[in-house]
Amino acid sequence: MKLTLSSSPHLHSHRDTSQIMRWVMIAMIPGLTSQIYFFGWGVVVQLLLATVTALITEAGILALRKKNIERHLSDYSAVLTACLLAVSIPPTLPWWMTIIGAFFAIAIVKQLYGGLGYNLFNPAMVAYVVLLISFPAAMTQWAPAAQGGTTMSFTDSAFLIFTGFTQSGMDSTQLTNLVDGVTSATPLDYVKTGLTQSLTYTELLSSDLFRNSGPFQSSAVGWAWVSIAYLLGGLLLLQRRVISWHIPGSMVLSVLIFSSSLYLLDGDRFASPLFHLINGSVLFGAFFIATDPVSASTTPKGRVIFGVLIGFWIIVIRNFGGYPDAVAFAVIIMNMAVPLIDYYTRPRTYGHKKGKV
Amino acid sequence: MSEWKNLIVEGLWKNNPALVQLLGLCPLLAVTATLVNGLGLGLATTLVLVGSNITVSLVRTIVRNEIRIPVFVMVIAAFVTIVQLLMNAFIYDLYLTLGIFIPLIVTNCAIIGRAEAYASKNPVLPAALDGAMMGAGFTVVLVILGGMREILGSGSLLAGADRLFGPIAANWTISLYTTEHPFLLAILPPGAFLGMGLLIAVKNIIDAKLATHQQPAEKTVTRIRVTSES
Repeated sequence: MKLTLSSSPHLHSHRDTSQIMRWVMIAMIPGLTSQIYFFGWGVVVQLLLATVTALITEAGILALRKKNIERHLSDYSAVLTACLLAVSIPPTLPWWMTIIGAFFAIAIVKQLYGGLGYNLFNPAMVAYVVLLISFPAAMTQWAPAAQGGTTMSFTDSAFLIFTGFTQSGMDSTQLTNLVDGVTSATPLDYVKTGLTQSLTYTELLSSDLFRNSGPFQSSAVGWAWVSIAYLLGGLLLLQRRVISWHIPGSMVLSVLIFSSSLYLLDGDRFASPLFHLINGSVLFGAFFIATDPVSASTTPKGRVIFGVLIGFWIIVIRNFGGYPDAVAFAVIIMNMAVPLIDYYTRPRTYGHKKGKV
Repeated sequence: MSEWKNLIVEGLWKNNPALVQLLGLCPLLAVTATLVNGLGLGLATTLVLVGSNITVSLVRTIVRNEIRIPVFVMVIAAFVTIVQLLMNAFIYDLYLTLGIFIPLIVTNCAIIGRAEAYASKNPVLPAALDGAMMGAGFTVVLVILGGMREILGSGSLLAGADRLFGPIAANWTISLYTTEHPFLLAILPPGAFLGMGLLIAVKNIIDAKLATHQQPAEKTVTRIRVTSES
């Protein structure tokens, strides 16, 4: 009999990075499908565009850094980053902005810090923020969630993204006006603008955007379905134990707690907790963004703190900041705090007394 | 002569106040949204540097060591005031554009750093050259960073050149491209930090290349005897 001697850990998960990344992508399928259903084929075009750019950038920089290109590309991390970015941006975003975003995510946010495992920030979210502050007009131009499915063909979407016009020669502003007349697209954006114009939350809810006579009638319902689809994907990740409950659980709970306290304080000036939860990217962010194993906190206690504070910042920025959605900003702010959180929440090492590092 | 050459190389490259010493970052990052703004602030800083270096070098034997820092600060403040008044008088538009960052030249650590580290220990002429070269090094970085950010952020180059060079420069502006969606990040403060980081990285790459070219790495093969035979 041959006895082998190996160093610890002796028990390890039989999943490698690429399997985790693939599971996350599989879990994105419900959300992605619902996004295609409500927002059209543009999502797929953006997905392809971002993935190709991310892979080319990753390969280029790995070559510059003289790393093994094949091994690093096949961990699917660049593809996942591209997917996360592609579903966060408006489906009709001009092609070169998507390319800038994907390039920025991989080259600057990931590879300049040392590649997978060394990046301080979540690449997809930094790229999203870069695009948002660089091209605010284009990045907030979401077509309304179309009634009962897609209204634009795949080629039309591609034409719109690459040339700015559909085959019949309409640009995105005309299209937005055509479909149901809501130009300020997302419900979050709409409510935020309305609240600053001293309308009350109840008044805003009775507008066209929220009027609802069937399950797929209004734009706001479309957004809610997308969020719920991502929640389903997130639950699958939890069930497969790809992510732990700490971050999504604490983040969702903290969004609910902070938004309810504001809502109870003044129901006219602040939106309801449910509105905050299902609009924007809170559910998507909680399960897919904040749980990024590299840039999130690593200790169980730290993860709870991380999630709670992300929820706190989301509510603070959404209600008092300049931008309608805040998940990306909140995640980036908390990414910066991760080293500190991890330092103070280090679990006790077996055999050592508590409090001694 | 080698002392003079050394001063030039130090100021422009080896000890560049912006890229190596990382001094004066506040104006560097704040005003470099366009090339002309960068150039204007760079020239103003250079004037102050030369003036303060000459004066500090002249009074270096009379000033007691204990009170040298207040004296240096007063000298620098005097020169900044002079430059500010001159700009107010002759290039008023640029004066308005740069705004608070002209009086803030006083707080530019590069200036007091040179007064303390070089001018207070050396004769007038080398001190003047040191000031000029450090100023030139600072200006070059301001101009490159300003140019980078202007090209990316507004698609033009030399916009507002008439503010610095007078009416003859009114049509110097080169419009490289026009877009509905300018890359705002380059104009915003994060763009300044990113641009600065990239410039420093480029300098480090060039330095590394130069180092390998100048000294071909000596091949020192240390063999570790693993068996008794080899």
